[in-house]
Amino acid sequence: MMELICPAGTPAALKSAIDAGADAIYCGFNDETNARNFPGLNFSRDELRKGIALAHARGAKILVAINTFPRASAVEIWQRAVDDAVSAGADALILADIGLMDYAARRHPNQRLHVSVQAAAANPDAIAFYAETFGARRVVLPRVLSVPEIAEITRESACETEVFVFGGLCVMAEGRCSLSSYATGKSPNMQGVCSPPSHVAYEQTTEGTTSRLGGFTINRFGASEPAGYPTLCKGRFSTAQGAGYIFEDPVSLDATTLLKGLRDAGVTALKIEGRQRGRAYVESVVRHFRHALAALGSGSEADIASLKPFTEGQASTLGAYRKTWR
Amino acid sequence: MNDPSAASPGPLPTIPPLLAFAMRPLPLLPLQLVLAAVLQRIHRHNPAMFDRLGDHARARFGIKPTDLPFAFVVEARSPRLSVVRDLPRGLDARISASLANLLALLEGRVDGDALMFSRELVVEGDVEAVLALRNAIDDAQLDLATELSALFGPLGAPAKRAFEAARGRVIGSPGQGEQLR
Repeated sequence: MMELICPAGTPAALKSAIDAGADAIYCGFNDETNARNFPGLNFSRDELRKGIALAHARGAKILVAINTFPRASAVEIWQRAVDDAVSAGADALILADIGLMDYAARRHPNQRLHVSVQAAAANPDAIAFYAETFGARRVVLPRVLSVPEIAEITRESACETEVFVFGGLCVMAEGRCSLSSYATGKSPNMQGVCSPPSHVAYEQTTEGTTSRLGGFTINRFGASEPAGYPTLCKGRFSTAQGAGYIFEDPVSLDATTLLKGLRDAGVTALKIEGRQRGRAYVESVVRHFRHALAALGSGSEADIASLKPFTEGQASTLGAYRKTWR
Repeated sequence: MNDPSAASPGPLPTIPPLLAFAMRPLPLLPLQLVLAAVLQRIHRHNPAMFDRLGDHARARFGIKPTDLPFAFVVEARSPRLSVVRDLPRGLDARISASLANLLALLEGRVDGDALMFSRELVVEGDVEAVLALRNAIDDAQLDLATELSALFGPLGAPAKRAFEAARGRVIGSPGQGEQLR
């Protein structure tokens, strides 16, 4: 049975994820060391210790995401996050930076390490480097691979693979995208904020809602048109070929229908995106995939509700898992 | 604690326009006194929620139920709440949604991002402050029936049952459905 890895942006969401059947919950500290560094979100050191105690008492694991890239002048912030997560009893650390992974491997040789999606390790050679050099036990694969490619990589890889099955869809090479940095001066990869809310503005007009990021108009939604996140990669732009979504439509990944293929590909764990989402999202999406996995295990048809109400733009996609080009 | 999976599926009901119209002449002060007392109680019992707000606890939020003829101005740091006919200028942020969606958000029964996607929630002004408020509230696991009934002293138990029944009609009851959004 594949593990179900679920997001938690708050202690309450962590509890919701456990209640809904998560095998493991991933979360981060309330600072720039993780890639969901949004206001009011994430865990203090004390909250993490309590969350780990609760999870362990309920048979679940806690994976701590320290998956941004340290600033050269402040590496100790990231190193302290590693030390604190280990001493709190984290079951694994999810890391992206090679230097930080080296620090963690040397300082805490018994600590289980996972390679974050932010590391963009998308081929067996890259994965082998992390496994052989730092003893990484699992890699979270970037969302740019098809299911056959995942099967091939998993077959050739020296460690476990984890893939996203639901949630916001980064269409860029994760950890290397500078679109938000360009517009706001703040980096998702270093400050942990893609489209930082301090730089987001919504304007209501008779035509609908205009969303802006760092002063750039990135979309305008009609009054009843479903909306998406204010990210440049899902902005609507005017070009010589006409106006539209250049990079990606505002949609969420939903790989519910691909679970069998992912299991057959040898994937170890399935990840739900959304540490920035509320308890209602965590509860419903985790329960949905718990039911889907149970049905897959028993060979029966899953009787589960649609997750469409939770999706960006009220629409879902199989993303690169079923690759087509336009 | 409420169950976040408990809200009923599908869009939540709105106040009928005729009923909203009939509420227009009602005095606002009694409602303000009750809601301000609830806010004070939440403030006393949920210090972590205000920690999560950080510097944004100083922000002045305007909250407009789109199906009611009045609105609320809330400051977390003081804490202070006033009921107004129209939201004033100079607020840090404005949040608009139906009363049912606002109540469901307060109890963490709906996902704020999903309401934004479906255009049932409108945010203007300081988006960072709104996000901090949303996350702080979601973590607090508020139960409005408990908070309101606590004002009724010895009559708290029957008051809570009445509030729970009213809540069930507006945003659903525990076990009624598995997901809203």
